Amino acid sequence: MTTSIKKLPDTEQVLSGNGACGGCPATMALRMVGKALGTNAIMLLTPACSVASMGMTPKLGYNWPCINICFATAGASASGITHAIEIMKEKGRLQGELPTVFSWVGDGGTYDIGFQALSAAAERNENIIHFCYNNEAYSNTGVQRSGATPRGSFTTTTPTGKVQPKKNMPMLMLEHNIPYVATATVAYPGDLYDKVVKAKNISGMKYIEILAPCYLGWQFDMADTVQMSRMAVRSGAWLLWEAENGKISFNSPSSHIINGKRDADPVNEYVMKQGRFNRLLNGADAARRIAEIQGDVDREIAFMRERAKIMI
Amino acid sequence: MKSVTKAYRPISWPMKGAGGETGTWRGHRPVVNSQICTKCQFCWVYCPEAVIDRYEITIDYRYCKGCGVCAAECPTGAISMEKEE
Repeated sequence: MTTSIKKLPDTEQVLSGNGACGGCPATMALRMVGKALGTNAIMLLTPACSVASMGMTPKLGYNWPCINICFATAGASASGITHAIEIMKEKGRLQGELPTVFSWVGDGGTYDIGFQALSAAAERNENIIHFCYNNEAYSNTGVQRSGATPRGSFTTTTPTGKVQPKKNMPMLMLEHNIPYVATATVAYPGDLYDKVVKAKNISGMKYIEILAPCYLGWQFDMADTVQMSRMAVRSGAWLLWEAENGKISFNSPSSHIINGKRDADPVNEYVMKQGRFNRLLNGADAARRIAEIQGDVDREIAFMRERAKIMI
Repeated sequence: MKSVTKAYRPISWPMKGAGGETGTWRGHRPVVNSQICTKCQFCWVYCPEAVIDRYEITIDYRYCKGCGVCAAECPTGAISMEKEE
């Protein structure tokens, strides 16, 4: 049972008047993360939209100690800080509960540039939470292709549509044998909140990926941010699941799609609402392109359904 | 704080309005009709800017960027977007 909206705590860790775009899904998700983690946490940011949204010195848009680090080092820096905190605790220079160390990184810093350090941190099973807010492109620098960009999507570096499908990053992290992996999205705040609370209380490496539909990169109306996130889940293009110690369980409504109680919506409506797809869907090969996107989604659902049956 | 030298102090502090008076970015203004509002808090939970008061359902127009997510997500249609003068 997910936490209902009225039971979420009052804590606000994202302060009003930050530098994010209106309707930004990253700050929307970060608010829920803040409610779950509370004030006792240290935040690491690699170059991403969230660094730009921090605002201008001497003011800071997030109510945490924030450290801006190099693009490739999210895993390494977070590991270092956790070790430093533990040693400070041993030496008596830090009293009380230890702060949660978490990195708040975009899909570029997770899928592509930051993957080496992240993979190493996961292999060492460091006590950190790695959040990836996935907007499926390098949106901060003007929407370039990343490893998370789905097939057929327009970006400034793939003007005729990306040819390759995206990689299944949460599954890659799960194969590192870490204690907790989860996927979430902004349209289901109670689900996201529960997953972060659960991750906070687990010792070891935790990985949570949040789908963040960016209206600039995906080219839709900014008021539809939450609607787009909901459509992604209902069409099966994004699956909500969590894995504790390698055992995968699906969350509603993805669980209904996986166990066949409810058919996934056709991906057509989800795709046609986004400019990044539908600006390429005007020629004779439109049907073939949509069939390709649908094929990727179906393959992912079939793969996850069978993968979840494997008990370790 | 005595042993901490100036170089190690943080250079920024958490404060509202880190991006300036973001209310000036707004093209449309969300207006709450308190007659229809059921105080379900959907607008509060989805607001990316944390400008909506959770219990009173009032909007801080000083920082509201006018994205319209609250109006799109309101189940009763109590929030309407009105063009800024």
